[in-house]
Amino acid sequence: MNYRTPTGGAIDRNTVLRFTFNGQSYTGHPGDTLASALLANGVHEVGSSVKLGRPRGIVAAGSEDPTSLVQIEAPFPEPMLLATTVELYDGLVARGLAGQGRLANEPDPARYDAKHEHCDVLVVGAGPAGLVAALTAARSGARVVLVDEQNQAGGALLGVDEYLDDRPSAEWVADVVAELKSTPGVLVLERTTAFGMYQDGFVLALQKRTDHLGFAAPASVARQRVWRIRTRQTVLATGAHERPVVFADNDRPGIMLASSARTFRHRYGVLPGSRAVVFTTNDSAYCAAIDLAESGVDIPLIVDARASAPSRLATECAARGIEVRAGHVVTGTEGSGRVTDVHVAPLGSGHADTVVCDTLLVSGGWNPVVSLFSQARGKLRYDSELGAFVPGEELETVRVAGSATGELDLTACARQGRNAGAAAAIAAGFTPSGQVPLPTSDSRCTARSGLVLWRVPGAEDSSFVDLQRDATVSDVLRATGAGLRSLEHIKRYTTIGTAHDQGKTSGMIAAGIVAEALGVELADQRPTTFRPPYTSVSFAALAGRDRGELHDPVRVTAIHPWHVEHGALFEDVGQWKRPWYYPQPGEDLHAAVLRECQATRESVGMMDGSTLGKIDLQGSDAGKFLDMLYTNMMSTLKVGKIRYGVMCGVDGMVIDDGTVIRVGEERYLVTTTTGNAAKILDWMEEWLQTEWPHLDVHCTSVTEHWATIPLVGPRSRDVLAAVAPSLDVSNEAFEFMTWHDTEVAGVPARVCRISFSGELAYEINVTAWHGLAVWEALMAAGAVYGITPYGTETMHVLRAEKGYPIIGQETDATVTPQDLGMSWAVSKKKPDFIGKRSFARAENNRTDRKQLVGLLPVDPSVLLPEGSQIVETDRLPEPPVRMLGHVTSSYPSAALGRTFALALVRSGHERIGETLYVPVDDSLVPVTVTDSVLYDKEGARRDG
Amino acid sequence: MQLIPCPWCGPREEAEFHYGGQAHVAYPDDPSALSDEEWAQYVFFRDNPSGPFAERWSHNAGCRRWFNAVRDTRSHDLLAVYRVGEPMPEVTA
Amino acid sequence: MTADPTSPLAAWTDRLTFAPALIASERPFLSQLTVRVSDPDAVAALGSALGVVFPSVPCTFTTGSGPFGAVEVLWLGPDEFLVVAAPDLQLPIEDALRAVPFKGSVVDTSAQRTTLVLEGSHVRDVLAHGCSVDLHPSSAPVGTCVQTLLARTGIILQVTGPDRFTILVRSSFAQYLAAWLSDACVEYGAVP
Ligand SMILES: [Zn+2]
Repeated sequence: MNYRTPTGGAIDRNTVLRFTFNGQSYTGHPGDTLASALLANGVHEVGSSVKLGRPRGIVAAGSEDPTSLVQIEAPFPEPMLLATTVELYDGLVARGLAGQGRLANEPDPARYDAKHEHCDVLVVGAGPAGLVAALTAARSGARVVLVDEQNQAGGALLGVDEYLDDRPSAEWVADVVAELKSTPGVLVLERTTAFGMYQDGFVLALQKRTDHLGFAAPASVARQRVWRIRTRQTVLATGAHERPVVFADNDRPGIMLASSARTFRHRYGVLPGSRAVVFTTNDSAYCAAIDLAESGVDIPLIVDARASAPSRLATECAARGIEVRAGHVVTGTEGSGRVTDVHVAPLGSGHADTVVCDTLLVSGGWNPVVSLFSQARGKLRYDSELGAFVPGEELETVRVAGSATGELDLTACARQGRNAGAAAAIAAGFTPSGQVPLPTSDSRCTARSGLVLWRVPGAEDSSFVDLQRDATVSDVLRATGAGLRSLEHIKRYTTIGTAHDQGKTSGMIAAGIVAEALGVELADQRPTTFRPPYTSVSFAALAGRDRGELHDPVRVTAIHPWHVEHGALFEDVGQWKRPWYYPQPGEDLHAAVLRECQATRESVGMMDGSTLGKIDLQGSDAGKFLDMLYTNMMSTLKVGKIRYGVMCGVDGMVIDDGTVIRVGEERYLVTTTTGNAAKILDWMEEWLQTEWPHLDVHCTSVTEHWATIPLVGPRSRDVLAAVAPSLDVSNEAFEFMTWHDTEVAGVPARVCRISFSGELAYEINVTAWHGLAVWEALMAAGAVYGITPYGTETMHVLRAEKGYPIIGQETDATVTPQDLGMSWAVSKKKPDFIGKRSFARAENNRTDRKQLVGLLPVDPSVLLPEGSQIVETDRLPEPPVRMLGHVTSSYPSAALGRTFALALVRSGHERIGETLYVPVDDSLVPVTVTDSVLYDKEGARRDG
Repeated sequence: MQLIPCPWCGPREEAEFHYGGQAHVAYPDDPSALSDEEWAQYVFFRDNPSGPFAERWSHNAGCRRWFNAVRDTRSHDLLAVYRVGEPMPEVTA
Repeated sequence: MTADPTSPLAAWTDRLTFAPALIASERPFLSQLTVRVSDPDAVAALGSALGVVFPSVPCTFTTGSGPFGAVEVLWLGPDEFLVVAAPDLQLPIEDALRAVPFKGSVVDTSAQRTTLVLEGSHVRDVLAHGCSVDLHPSSAPVGTCVQTLLARTGIILQVTGPDRFTILVRSSFAQYLAAWLSDACVEYGAVP
């Protein structure tokens, strides 16, 4: 059967859209939602309820609908959308849900993005109040953003056939929108829901930009956008939602909010059914009844819970043959799917009549939409006449206008909009020019003067409060019976208001039923907290363009293209991509690393060390400052020399290490670990700016100014000599821990003789611009020695063989320099440095601290997993088992011809020579504790 | 996203800033003269009031300056910002 | 044997035209020096040495011309400035600045960042996708220079014309930024 009216509604009857729902083919028109198209085809039953499997229909016409959840299958799977908010397009395939949908298995090909927008006045809602507010603010010259959830402005006017100032309301709306859109500095965003309101005028809004285009959506345009709006002033004209009354079996399809039925009629040209009973507590449903009767719907009865019906409206009903029964209520319904009968009885007690119908329209009054106001920390007040929470205070930057305040008269709403728009403009520093004229409506109904009625007594376990959560009056009473008092607790106990709709139609009723059950005043109850998002937002929209390669920045060095070209595999170190190893054909990690290590120790290797943090320090107090930062003495370093240093926090724990180069009398260059570059610069600035501003020192990051290439191995001197002909590379002229400025491959370079492997080694620094070319020149010059590029894995092995710790691998913010065996790097001469005082604490001097040692598995082929625990005995005792420490690094070693590990072990330094055990899978692997330096203890290789 | 008014750059989004804990906790003049207890107070203990709290913030994605702010820990509202070296202003929470 | 320099966006040279959204171009190898100074007399003297008045207003930049041709000075902090000039002038400019006696520092940071010029009718739109600072001409007039975040990287942003911006970005983040810009411009009709 066709429930489409021959005329009326903002739909294009000349164009037919085909769609499939629950496997059945239907048609609709542009302008339809999926819900209106289904209703036009006589389909009320959309899905079923999540727990009880009861049929569920369409209760409302908008985003407040608690029931019409659908799964879109085509064009692209998307779960948990409301049929009432899905704009119809050709080829749509959807099905009804029982509370849960399905995510797509494949990545969403659509684009999603975010955009920042700044304005003086943000207006949320383009109903009469919002439109007048926006126009008032716009005429003052303020930058205005108007957001509205619907695909067209008008708000409540979209659902009625009222005339404003003797012309169709749509004309008035169109005029206002046209003026707004032609005013410079005004942005009108349709299909945009402000879903979160935060501090400092920050509002998030989701715009559905191409959802309604379906298959025709252009791939290059972001489907949805999260607007990040920063506004000085906000006018909330968010309207009101009609709420139902709860009674037995109030969940059947065909039971709908009265104003929503009216909206379906006037906005979409759709009738809700053939024969509709109306159940109301206020005047507004009379208008729905009269409109639908005039459109051909049989309205046998209006059931008005109030003792007497409004006389003028009752007369109008009588003229149309509609019976009005005052002082009556609906006590129940029947129907195997859709409603077929309703039971009507006097309020209180008395005999129930049964009335046959296919639709039941309900109105229990209006709930102002105060979600955003509440999110903005506005206090709410209970309005006992309205039976709803309303804004209870004025905020400096947030104003509320229209039915969101509880006002339901159109002219009064528009006046509030004008006042709010003007006040917002003034508060933002603008002067309103003239007054926007207020429209007057010809509406028959005023919605106030209602009776507050939460529920009709009856079967409590089939009286549904939250239709989506299948939560009934008995669930509420069970909660209060269990002693729960707070609405927040009851919400969590019953789950009322926790579904996709966040209790838009059920929350107030639940509060009312609780108050009745507890015998308390609602005015004394604290409403549940409104939290973002106001409507559901997909993760895709929240992620925006931060996915794939843009998910997190990839930082690369100047030499990166060479690494890629030469087959390096990469390791993520923070945001950096660092070469991990360079496998040759057929090599795995171990084979490649053994080869890289061997080539470096036996001839020459090199790596890209550009990611090391580098900080330039200048000033007459630079040495003094470094003496405070490092545990060892830096001010005594001579120009031209280099010193290794360790930094601790005030708690005496190691935070970083690196080299310090004295560049000049008042200038140093320090290096930090790759991961700590920014942190250490911040650390320095923190001390300089907040604690020692009198010191004459300035720090500047030069991390990315320099490309850094460690050239390592017995043949490194020969390679360097070949590319730096003007440099005397002899051991005498270029000593260990010194640096020289020279030219390498024809470009200015600073060469440091430092080693992180124990081998003869140089670190070549050139500007990042020259990094790639110098790298290539070194490769060419080293070819005769089989120069081998190596990655971070080989670097780790080479340094571990020497017992050099890596900050963050051997340390974890609980490790002191002494624990690392680095007492030699802790000055005894300096009166103070950061961390020094903590070294004297008893905790720092316990003999059972975890200390860095080497571990050699008794079986030289066993590789201990990093992170493994270490225990004392060869058999695990009953839990709790005492853990002695853990393995921090573990590798096979070409130089040692066996596996080895570094570990932090309780009293480790005293345990050297002992056998301990490491649980690996189901066995306990015996290991020998050794000194952490396992290779070239005497340092014979340092000078080549 | 809260706005934090950098005393130099003006209001910027919180994401540009780095939190530095309680303000006005000076590094002791002579740590070696302190008892373990006193030193532990400096290293490990900070106030945790419900209400106005003077904190250090750094505008580290901007001008990289440290400054002080009085924040109401109940609402997160920043009641005042002031430069390092300036006294904490009177605030009404 | 002289090694040729490579700029951070060398791989993007032919891919920076995001028409019709905007035109981007790298200005590689500019001379850049970070100057830390707070004494007003020293600030004035340093400016005289370069022929440019250092900016005194936070979040602005100034331009001038002198012995090193056109020079821009960007405000980075109350005692921190970035001097930007044509390529290959970093050494003489450093010498000229060091010739002024002052308490502070001068550091050659030329290769620390690279420079992108963005121009076109959609440039504000594109930036608004990742930058939370209000770039409306009434809030960010020509002469504005802010350090902020663009998408997930820090930038220095100069407003250099009605629809023209200059972005300085750390070299290691430059390719990420180029990829981000390229993707942002798709919305405005650019074909990646
Ligand atoms: Zn700042």
